[in-house]
Amino acid sequence: KEMTVRDALNSALDEEMSADPKVFLMGEEVGEYQGAYKISKGLLEKYGPDRVLDTPITEAGFTGIGVGAAYYGLRPVVEFMTFNFSMQAIDHIINSAAKSNYMSAGQINVPIVFRGPNGAAAGVGAQHSQCYAAWYASVPGLKVLTPYSSEDARGLLKAAIRDPDPVVFLENELLYGESFPVSDEARDSSFCLPIGKAKIEREGKDVTITAFSKMVGYSLKAAEILATEGISAEVINLRSIRPLDRSTINASVRKTNRLVTVEEGFPQHGVGAEICTSVVEESFGYLDAPVERIAGADVPMPYAANLERLAVPQVEDIVRAAKRACYRSVALAAAA
Amino acid sequence: MSFSATKLAQPLTLNTTALITKQEGLEVYEDMVLGRTFEDMCAQMYYRGKMFGFVHLYNGQEAVSTGFIKLLKKEDSVASTYRDHVHALSKGVSARAVMSELFGKKTGCCRGQGGSMHMFSKEHNVLGGFAFIGEGIPVATGAAFTSKYRREVLKEADCDHVTVAFFGDGTCNNGQFFECLNMAALWKLPIIFVVENNLWAIGMSHLRATSDPEIWKKGPAFGMPGVHVDGMDVLKVREVAKEAIGRARRGEGPTLVECETYRFRGHSLADPDELRDPAEKAHYAARDPITALKKYLLENNLASEPELKAIDKRIDELIEDAVEFADESPFPARSQLLENVFADPKGFGIGPDGRYRCEDPKFTEGTAHV
Repeated sequence: KEMTVRDALNSALDEEMSADPKVFLMGEEVGEYQGAYKISKGLLEKYGPDRVLDTPITEAGFTGIGVGAAYYGLRPVVEFMTFNFSMQAIDHIINSAAKSNYMSAGQINVPIVFRGPNGAAAGVGAQHSQCYAAWYASVPGLKVLTPYSSEDARGLLKAAIRDPDPVVFLENELLYGESFPVSDEARDSSFCLPIGKAKIEREGKDVTITAFSKMVGYSLKAAEILATEGISAEVINLRSIRPLDRSTINASVRKTNRLVTVEEGFPQHGVGAEICTSVVEESFGYLDAPVERIAGADVPMPYAANLERLAVPQVEDIVRAAKRACYRSVALAAAA
Repeated sequence: MSFSATKLAQPLTLNTTALITKQEGLEVYEDMVLGRTFEDMCAQMYYRGKMFGFVHLYNGQEAVSTGFIKLLKKEDSVASTYRDHVHALSKGVSARAVMSELFGKKTGCCRGQGGSMHMFSKEHNVLGGFAFIGEGIPVATGAAFTSKYRREVLKEADCDHVTVAFFGDGTCNNGQFFECLNMAALWKLPIIFVVENNLWAIGMSHLRATSDPEIWKKGPAFGMPGVHVDGMDVLKVREVAKEAIGRARRGEGPTLVECETYRFRGHSLADPDELRDPAEKAHYAARDPITALKKYLLENNLASEPELKAIDKRIDELIEDAVEFADESPFPARSQLLENVFADPKGFGIGPDGRYRCEDPKFTEGTAHV
């Protein structure tokens, strides 16, 4: 049986709100409008305006209010209409939420979820198309989750809401309408995924591809193409950017001896850079080829459709990188 | 409910006779002397190298902290700024715990992990000192939101807790101030926005920074009462505070209070304080809120000179004890560095063996099963 990512998120919110009256949703257009992307559809009717709170357009203010409510043991879910708008509230995400448990020596923990669509959408230009995974993942005190499938969306959002710490939950607008098969287990209201564990979406033996969010789908498509050419790619869905499941990544690289990292964000100081460092630190001797890093172009997102396509990773980019990783070592071996 | 600007746009005038009982008077006096003596000692300790970084002292503004906080219940909360030592003291955090925090010692109220600008106490509902301008206001508003949520959604009928947010005149030009005035009034939250207008944001005069320097007028603009009060007169502050706290507790919504006050020292101990006119400083020094209260207590036979001297002496001893305690306390252990990054005991904190799970920089490897 299939379920869209949108319904997965909606059902996860619904179940957690039903299970715990301290959970509430706040943000712009989450109530009467049913969510800018309809993620909160039906929740206002079910839980009322006290728990599905339409806020004015005032990110710094309402994000800070959410953080303050979390100081007092409520469990706010703050929706950003897009994560680009979280820039207006980043002080509260980092300074008021991420640091408080530490600054207060454990007296004040902050069980809050910041969620909303992240990454490149389509045709919306530079200010609305940006991936924040690496930004937030560089902050101690935050957990950063990046669901890909409906199972991820359900299991990770429920885990995020139950978690005692601040979680940045990065969704993708272009995935909301996609359907994925969801098991009975994942449909159960008790279902929850562990934070910090990656999922091997496809097993392989020749090259490891790490990806998160929408890029998992691209990497799976790349793996299919590679398979037709005799290359067996292992695709890792990171699910969690911080904590990062270094052991799953390194175990895979020790098996395949080759690594391609894929992300939509900017290349410099990105998620791929961190993964590459981890592999160099822990599995250097196992690498048979330089690590390939596929990322968004190092430019603000252009508007023109042809340029935009060039600025974000495509399936064929992943295919080419994987081939380079594989053939290069073969060539080197032949030369020797 | 609506508040017309004409109706409320007048500074409150108060009759100051018989505003306080003897016992209250002595309590207020003691709290103000505690704040003053504590901060004077901080200056000494800073210059002796016992504390470091930015240290912002509260001298001169005691009537505001004491005037409001001493009327609060333990369950009520307070959010402060980088100038937060005295708010924490008024709210009941011990001088020992605050001084030790400033010394960076394990016995500090945040075990040395917060520092001068970040005093937290869950026990006393001190929500923290926030070091950025305006940052504390939304957090305080969130605490007030919680009181309302607990009463209305969680059906805790007796939850009438209020929140007091303290901030300065400089903050009133920051967007978060306006955002929260709007939402607090819109949702009728039990909060009091207390502006400690000491006329100066570091070296920027309030008059040079704000189009309309009368901050209290912004209350009615958002549909809440705005009150101007002499922040050098603790009795007047108390009267205004009583009314505002009562309004919040009754569920009648927020109040904006502008307390006109003055800081007797520079912005921080690193501030050379060269821009303020000596005549202005002398004017406010002559209106020292502690001296004024003392005079009031004596003239109204609410206290005798020996009684007040005894309080001064007791506080001196308390502060000496706090310094001694802080000085003798241990520094945080090396292992403390990685503690408290997360509350999650299974993910990043304490492992099943009771030890901190991660002892190297790769500590984010931990995984949480929720």
